Amino acid sequence: MYQEILSKYAPTKDNLIYILHDIQDSDPRHYLSEEAVQAVSDYLKLPANHIYGVITFYSMYSTTPRGKFIIRLCESPHCYIKGSENILKKIKNVLNVSIGETTKDGYFTLELCACLGVCGNAPVMMVNDDFYGDLTEEKIEEIITKLREVR
Amino acid sequence: MKYFRTHVLVGINETSKQAGVDAFLKTLKKEIETAGLMDEINVLETGPLGFFGKGICITVYPDNVNYDDLKQEDIQELVNEHFLKGRPVHRLLLNAGGKFCPKFNYENRIVLRNSGIIDPESIDEYLGAGGYEAWEKALQMEPMEIVEEVKKSGLRGRGGAGFPTGLKWSFTSPIKCEQKYVVVNADEGEPGTFKDRLIMEGDPHQLLEGIIICAKAVGATKSYIYIRGEYKLSIQRLRNAIKQCYDYGILGKNIFNSGFDHDIDIKIGAGAYVCGEETALIESLEGNRGNPRWKPPFPGLKGLWGCPTVVNNVETLANIPYIIKNGAEGYRKFGTPDCTGTKVYTILGDVAFPGLCEIDMGTTLRTIINDYAGGMKKGLRFKAALIGGAAGVILSDRLLDVNMDLNSLNQYSAVLGSGAILVMNENTSIVDMLWSILRFFRHESCGKCSPCRNGSQQLYDMISKIKKGQGIEDDLDKLLLIAETMQQTAFCALGQSPIMPIRSALENFRDEFLALTKK
Repeated sequence: MYQEILSKYAPTKDNLIYILHDIQDSDPRHYLSEEAVQAVSDYLKLPANHIYGVITFYSMYSTTPRGKFIIRLCESPHCYIKGSENILKKIKNVLNVSIGETTKDGYFTLELCACLGVCGNAPVMMVNDDFYGDLTEEKIEEIITKLREVR
Repeated sequence: MKYFRTHVLVGINETSKQAGVDAFLKTLKKEIETAGLMDEINVLETGPLGFFGKGICITVYPDNVNYDDLKQEDIQELVNEHFLKGRPVHRLLLNAGGKFCPKFNYENRIVLRNSGIIDPESIDEYLGAGGYEAWEKALQMEPMEIVEEVKKSGLRGRGGAGFPTGLKWSFTSPIKCEQKYVVVNADEGEPGTFKDRLIMEGDPHQLLEGIIICAKAVGATKSYIYIRGEYKLSIQRLRNAIKQCYDYGILGKNIFNSGFDHDIDIKIGAGAYVCGEETALIESLEGNRGNPRWKPPFPGLKGLWGCPTVVNNVETLANIPYIIKNGAEGYRKFGTPDCTGTKVYTILGDVAFPGLCEIDMGTTLRTIINDYAGGMKKGLRFKAALIGGAAGVILSDRLLDVNMDLNSLNQYSAVLGSGAILVMNENTSIVDMLWSILRFFRHESCGKCSPCRNGSQQLYDMISKIKKGQGIEDDLDKLLLIAETMQQTAFCALGQSPIMPIRSALENFRDEFLALTKK
């Protein structure tokens, strides 16, 4: 099932990071399963432990299944002094999850991340590929309600 | 060809996209058509406009009027009043009601001179603005001539460390070997910094021109742009620009019959601050964990896959076309004699107009804040500024009049770093700020060397204790001692950096820390 993705890349080690991106993006649960790692390992003739080493090093990869929407809230200094801690509390409250967890309905995963480079609009979060800035507690409710309607 | 009486430039960037600029553009074009103005008013999509209003921003030429925070419902009034009758809508102007209009400094720009003026998706507009003329000139120069010109210009790396660019190139250029590389560091992760994103979003061709000139100077036939995965719009615009270059024969085999080949490829990162360190970046490009390598050998001699590799920051390379086109002397007119050129700053925090600006090196912090960012937000007083992101320094008002260039700041053991300026008001807790910075380092330490892996954890534990009011005065000295030890023993710049914010915070705001410690 990973053959289609793998065949797009030459079987060289420098493509590992891009292959992992591609596989993770095409998985509805945004993660890299054991089977996926095995398939990449066979294709690139790399030991699985090297691949796990890479996956766990970079913050954008996950080895556990995640929700349909991955919320990545910035915790860097700029967002912090603009009140990202309150936003974090609010998200935890609304979704009833802790950092790194996924909601029971499989919709949302809450993660923290380093500076997203949109500091002019701090506090900022990313939901999948989209930025949301100038966050307030009211805005969080609004955004999450809207996302819930996306079925 | 049609001649328009008015040009409306709409800034398309991550901020305006989030505010719904796509739908806004659609309605704007429709309203202009309804008003029968489609032959008079030209709507252009461009990059960041050079000021940092909220939401959707536009500039109207030749009136030179700026609007910000525009909404769908404002469009009709805008079209009827301004575009039809020629009366700017005052309530929508940038900083409506206020007296201040920030300087945009269009005259003294190098890196951002086209940003917000040309369409970043069109190579023709870049060519029309004099683009790729430097490349044409460089093709007729000897590699060492280009290196000498860059050396003479005094350009220093804009990524943070400030290493002389020409000198870096001169290590790689004379090496005789089959393969050399140019790697562009676009893995911008320093908190508060997004200058490279704005350069790539606003004028991607300028970066590409800088890359190929660099490649010619050092004799590299292949370049990689290592860009962070979150910068979707930059990636899209660079891909588009690279494709246009191939179509026009600016990239590829035997460029303009000169016998010089060059290819540029984009590589996307996966989220690791340490990959901004050049050897860690190279490890990442090779498909490994982004752990830094031992230096020497420096990448200039032995880098990507063991080949000589020049690693440069986006802003550094974006300066190159100007230097080649106008000569080193033309470039030295900017900045100070020791530290030439301009610097792109991102000014954030409690200033009236947070945003980006490109100013001569050596401008004081006071001028930057007052003239370019509109001073402090109404009713707030300046307390401190964090310069250069997490690996930067916390300055008090004592240093407001220090010239912002690499040498002057060094005298106060401060650094310019990436050019991020975060201005804090009198209510901001410096202890809190430092806590947040040290939490960042703890999180981003790659774990390869023990001074950084353990040290960053210790620093975080200690500052957490102080923050909770459970620390004692000795803890402040311990913070310094640990950070100093890390500076001397850590493997790469990441572990050597926490000393900078710690020392400057304790020097300038020691009382605030003491107030929180137990007697």
